[in-house]
Amino acid sequence: MLAESIALSALLFVIGVVGVLTRRNAIIVFMCVELMLNAVNLTFIAFGRVYGYGAQAIVIFVMTVAAAEAAVGLAIVIAIFRHRQTVDLDSINLLKG
Amino acid sequence: MYPLFYSFCFYLFGLIAIASALAFVTRRSPVAAALWLVNVLFCLAALYVMLDAPFIAAVQVLVYAGAIMVVFLFVVMLLNLGLPGELADARGLLAKILAGLAGIVLLAKIMSSRTAVPIESLMLRPDSLATVARIQGAVAPVAQPLFTEYLIAFEVTSILLLVAAVGAVLIGRRRAAAVEGVGAG
Repeated sequence: MLAESIALSALLFVIGVVGVLTRRNAIIVFMCVELMLNAVNLTFIAFGRVYGYGAQAIVIFVMTVAAAEAAVGLAIVIAIFRHRQTVDLDSINLLKG
Repeated sequence: MYPLFYSFCFYLFGLIAIASALAFVTRRSPVAAALWLVNVLFCLAALYVMLDAPFIAAVQVLVYAGAIMVVFLFVVMLLNLGLPGELADARGLLAKILAGLAGIVLLAKIMSSRTAVPIESLMLRPDSLATVARIQGAVAPVAQPLFTEYLIAFEVTSILLLVAAVGAVLIGRRRAAAVEGVGAG
């Protein structure tokens, strides 16, 4: 089931990439990033079945980083929303020349 | 080599995951998108069980589907997103075509690496993980590398979580509180 898992993981990752590129809602872009992290986790688990339990330990690290990223990222989204009253990424362009 | 029922369930959950992921990126409402993403996460948890990682599957349901997605939904409802102006957030046709092209190229690139030859000397016996889980249980074999091989990374993770928690509170608090607070800025 290694090849099938990697194919599924690649498909999920690409769906996440396309979501990041096509959506403008910051929260949905965050959720697409979570989907990409999960696709990578699936690859780790599939390879861990062949190469050993170390991969599952790394998956726990990935989940921790994902949780930290979600907490800080959503705090930034809330802070931006307080200033601009929107989460549309195209209207958050203060750094544009 | 695999029982028919195993393969059937694997493909079933895989197809549900892909269909839910497609529904997730095409939904306009953030709440509907979040619920489709929860569906993807549950399917992945089922696949983890089938890939001999029951502890990771439990963590997936508890942490991802349970905690992280609740935070997302909490923020969506806190910001009251769902107004008609906020709903139409997809980019234009050109951006969609470019994103699709990028996706196809990326997919082709990843798929081409499927033909890579695995390293035989590092490979375990096919039922090795299931055997270890039968003897040691689900948690102990995961904890073993976590607290030996990756101990430093594990300890650094605790600092990461502390920094993330403090940072989230600091960024997320109101501006008025920042003005009144001691040492704000």
